[in-house]
This record gives sequence, structure tokens and C-alpha cells, in this order.
Amino acid sequence: MGGKNSVGFLILIIGIILIPFMVTNDYYLGVLIFTAFNCLACIGLCLLMGYAGQISIGHGAFIAIGAYTSGILTAKFAWSPWLAMFCGILIVIVIAFCLGIPALRLKGHYLAMATLGFASIVHIVAVAAVDLTGGPSGLVNIPRLDFFGYVLSSDKQYFYFSWSVVALGVYIAFNLINSRVGRGLQAIHGSEDAASSLGINITSYKVQVFILSAVFASVSGSLYAYYMNYIDPGPFDVSHSILLVTMVAVGGLHNIWGALIGAVFLSLLPEFLSFLSDYLQVLGIAYQPDYDTLVYGFILLIIMLFLPEGLFKGFGNITQFVRSIFKKFSKRASDRVK
Amino acid sequence: MSYSDGTFVDVLQFLIMGIQRGSIYAMVAMGFNMIYNSTGIINFAQGEFVVLGGLMMVSLTMAFNLSIVFAFILTVLFVIVAGILMERLTINPVKEPTVLRLIIITIAVSIIIKGAAMCFWGKGSHYMRHFSSTEPLDFYGATILPQTLWIFAILLFLVVVYVIFFNYTMTGKCMRACAINRDAARLAGINDRKMVMLSFALSAGIGAIAGIIITPIIQMDYARGAMLGLKGFGAAVLGGLGNSMGAVVAGVLLGILEAFGAGYISSHYMDAIALVILLFVLFIRPSGIFGSSEAMRLKEF
Repeated sequence: MGGKNSVGFLILIIGIILIPFMVTNDYYLGVLIFTAFNCLACIGLCLLMGYAGQISIGHGAFIAIGAYTSGILTAKFAWSPWLAMFCGILIVIVIAFCLGIPALRLKGHYLAMATLGFASIVHIVAVAAVDLTGGPSGLVNIPRLDFFGYVLSSDKQYFYFSWSVVALGVYIAFNLINSRVGRGLQAIHGSEDAASSLGINITSYKVQVFILSAVFASVSGSLYAYYMNYIDPGPFDVSHSILLVTMVAVGGLHNIWGALIGAVFLSLLPEFLSFLSDYLQVLGIAYQPDYDTLVYGFILLIIMLFLPEGLFKGFGNITQFVRSIFKKFSKRASDRVK
Repeated sequence: MSYSDGTFVDVLQFLIMGIQRGSIYAMVAMGFNMIYNSTGIINFAQGEFVVLGGLMMVSLTMAFNLSIVFAFILTVLFVIVAGILMERLTINPVKEPTVLRLIIITIAVSIIIKGAAMCFWGKGSHYMRHFSSTEPLDFYGATILPQTLWIFAILLFLVVVYVIFFNYTMTGKCMRACAINRDAARLAGINDRKMVMLSFALSAGIGAIAGIIITPIIQMDYARGAMLGLKGFGAAVLGGLGNSMGAVVAGVLLGILEAFGAGYISSHYMDAIALVILLFVLFIRPSGIFGSSEAMRLKEF
């Protein structure tokens, strides 16, 4: 991890430690725990989209597979949650491998549609395979995670645990980016032909990152199942996969921090909007949670049109702009003093 | 085989249902192809045009009580305007288009249309009166709704208009020229920007027609766009992306396979059938059944 990234990592850790002391409301703590799940999936997706340059609109499916494997094995077969999560990871690796090899030969639009189709199929199976998944009415009695008998019962404990996993994910991601594989990936993103001529095995690299990103999603799904103790197909539909892509794109495709910022921003946005709606009500505008989708769409569109590098870079550009103006003024002031 | 034979009637019934579904996929696929040919973009908001058409038609016929013909024309115009706005406001201003960026932009538009449809029309599904009588007709033992006949007729009509437009009119020929080689077309004095706008308009129009004619049968709701778009894309790929006549055949074929799958395998997995076919085509023969893999390699994605 380089200098700037270590500072970022330190801020992340301090933030994780301090936030539960500031947020005492259980509801908001719950929202932040969901944010952690989204962050985890987005880190993986960012590795795939930003660093390998491949789009997947199917990561909701890997979350679903992780969640359902964990849920079914613990609730129906009384497996240990850790073993079930590990099993989910193995299943996702196999599926991502089988899907990745033919799919990643496809480019751009085809890959997007193939992954989107895959996500729809998984959702349909989750709804239709009632014997296994409980169908639309869901799967109950999923246990909470425990460490050798010590159960993570409170939201605060689960907050620390899930965000520690996010921190671990960030650490792994940066290690990957600064490794041989990471440099190879960036070369692929620059130009596949050039990378291939330098002896980089494009397909193998792409499949590896695809699998890794799917594993991130699977862990996120398992953690979700253990936190909720209940899963149904609702949250795993295609729109969730699209939402993940939106998070990564809004935050910034080419940077892990960007993906994190995008995930946090869009996960907290509904809360912010409902907070804002109280004020809009005073102004005579009746804002309803139904409008959230519309707001998401406009944010994504505006970012893609005007800040294609995402919020993270956008913030950078804005601060640079402000700094340059500030410098100009201070220079003018010092000139005047002279 | 006699008419009274149960299996024969079943097969016929599935065939009718399949062609009816397939006609819609075919139209969505034609819409995909028009935009793809002129810009190289897959428009992820294509399914949303269908929803918009269906819902607008519901409002005009059921709430405002307009006649079917008048409402039909107004609805198509409305969605065409939406298509033109989409191109002008979101596709045209992008100066450095990359595939990833364009995909995400069309996804953003689809989210916006979906969100707007949910705000205006609510989350429920909407009933709309049929074009003519709802009395099912008897067809060799199978039943067929008059609305289904309307769907067949309109698909046929669209195909004829499509062929005439792209082969015998100047504008259609210009659009084809742009599809083949945009730079060369521009050198020949064709305004390629205008052709891109036109392709969005026509594609939105076809989507709207598909939505209008299917709504009396499936009862439209705001969330159907993604699935319709995905299956329409399946038809477009199966027929060879960019090849609209291939898409029509492939769309109808996909609909028939889906109907038989629903009838003989499981109706719960009906939606998955078309998607599994889509994945198999993408993995095994991305150039489609009618496209040549040679030409495929030359295309940009």
C-alpha cells in the first residue's frame, strides 16, 4: 500500500472504531451495517470494472448464492455458519469459473447482457425453487455468527465485525492492485492487444479477477444472511445488481476508495432523502420514498455525463480548483502588500 | 391427426402463445438493432420504451377514454419524443464515449424512466381494453384472442414497412449507409448525427407499438422493462446483432421455445428459459444463428 492509500486506510480504521460511539441509534447502526455489505461487494466489483475493465451486471447473483448457501446449510442442515460461508465461497468460485471462461471472452455489451441474464436466472430460481430456498416467503431461522461460542448478538458487535471484513477486503484489494496480477490487469485495461503481446495471459487474469470479485460478493451475501437471520428473493433481484454497478460508477470506477465512497453515498442516500423530505414537506413538496429510484437515476446520469471519473476524482478536481483559486487570491493579496 | 386429439390442440395452443410472445420480443429486438446499427450502442433502456408505450396507452384509453386509433398515434408520438430526448440529452453530448460509459448512461436512463413510470402510474399492473372483441375465436380446436391476431398483423405490417423504408426510401438508405460505414456516409454528405437521432426515434416508436399491443394481454406494470429488454436482446443476438429480419425470426422462435418450455417443463421457470438460451447463444455462437462469425469479428463492441 502506497503513502496516500495508507493514510486512507488509517482514516478508514479510525472511522470504524469511532462511529459506533457517535451513532447510538440502532436503526442507523443497522443502515451502516448494510452499507458494509454493499461496500464489500463494491470493492470486488471495482476490481473487475475499474482495474480489469470488465462490466458485470450480475454481482447481485453472487450475493444471492452466498446468502442462500449460508442460509440453507445453517437453517436446514444445522451446519456451522463459518463452514456454510466457506461452502458458499467454494460454490461461487466454481460458478464464477464456469461462467467467467465463456463470458469474459465476450466484450462490452455482450458481457453486460450475459451477466444480467445470469442475475435474472438466479433470481428466478430463488423464487421458483420453493423446496430449497423457501420461495417468495423466504428462509427463516438462520443463526447469527459466533466466535467459538461467543455470539455476535448486538448490532454494535456486528458493525465492528462487518466493517473489519470491509477493511480486510480493502487491504486485499490494494495488495492485489500492487502485485504482478494488478499491473497486468491495468495493462489489459489500457490495451488488450498490447498486454497480450507482452506475454500477459488475458483470459486467465480476467477470470481470476472475476472469481475474486464474485467471492467478495458471496461473503457479503453470507454476512447479510447471518445479520438478517432471514432471507427472501426480494433484495437479490436484477435491480440490486444494477445498484451495485451504480455505486461503483458514481464513486469512481478506477479507484477502490471511489467504490467505497460510492457505496457509502448511495447506501445512505435513502436516509438522507427521507431526512430531507421532512423539510420539503414544510415547503409544500410531498417527497415520497418512491421517488428514490428517480433520484438514483439522475445522480448516475449526471455523474456519467459530467464527472465520468466519479465522485472521488470529482472531489479531487474540485479541491484542486478551489486551491488554485485560493492560491491566485493569496498571490494577489501578497502582491498588494508588496 | 384429428382435431379432437388433445396433444395436437395443446401444441397448436402453445404455438399461438409462443408466436404472440415472440412477436413482442421480435419488435424489441428490431428496436435494439436500429440503435445498434447507427451507433454501436446497446440501449439498455429499450425495454423501458415498451413499458412507457403500454402505460401511456392505458392512461389515454382508460382514463381519458380516447379512441384506440387516436390514443395509439398519440402514445407512439409521446414515446418517440422520449427517445429523441434521450438521444439529444444523454447520448449526443458525450464527447469521449467508451463502451462502459455508454452502457452506464443507458442504464441510468432506464432507471430514470422506470422511476418516473413508478411515480406516475404506481406499482400496480394496469388493465387495458382490447382493440376489438375479447371473445376468443376457435382455431382448429385451439383458442385465439382477436388481440393476438392484431399482434400478428401489426408485426407483419411493421416488417413490411421496415423493408420498404430501408430499401426504397432515401432516408432509409442513408441510415443503412451510416450503419455500414459512418465516416464514408458522412463523406457522401449524409448528416450522421441526424441519422442517430432518427434511429433513437424509430427504435422508441417500435418499442411503444410493442408495448401498446401487448398491454391488453399481459397487463403492464412499471417493472417489466428489464425482462422485456433482456429477452428482446436475446432475440437480437440469436438473430445476429444488427440483422433485423434475423431478429424477427429469432424473436418468434424464442417465444415459441418459451411457450413450449412453460407448457412441458415448468411454468415457474418460464422466464428463465429464454435467458438460458440467451446465455448459450452468447457463449457458443455470439454471432447468432443467421450471422457469420467472420462479420462478427469486424464489429466493434
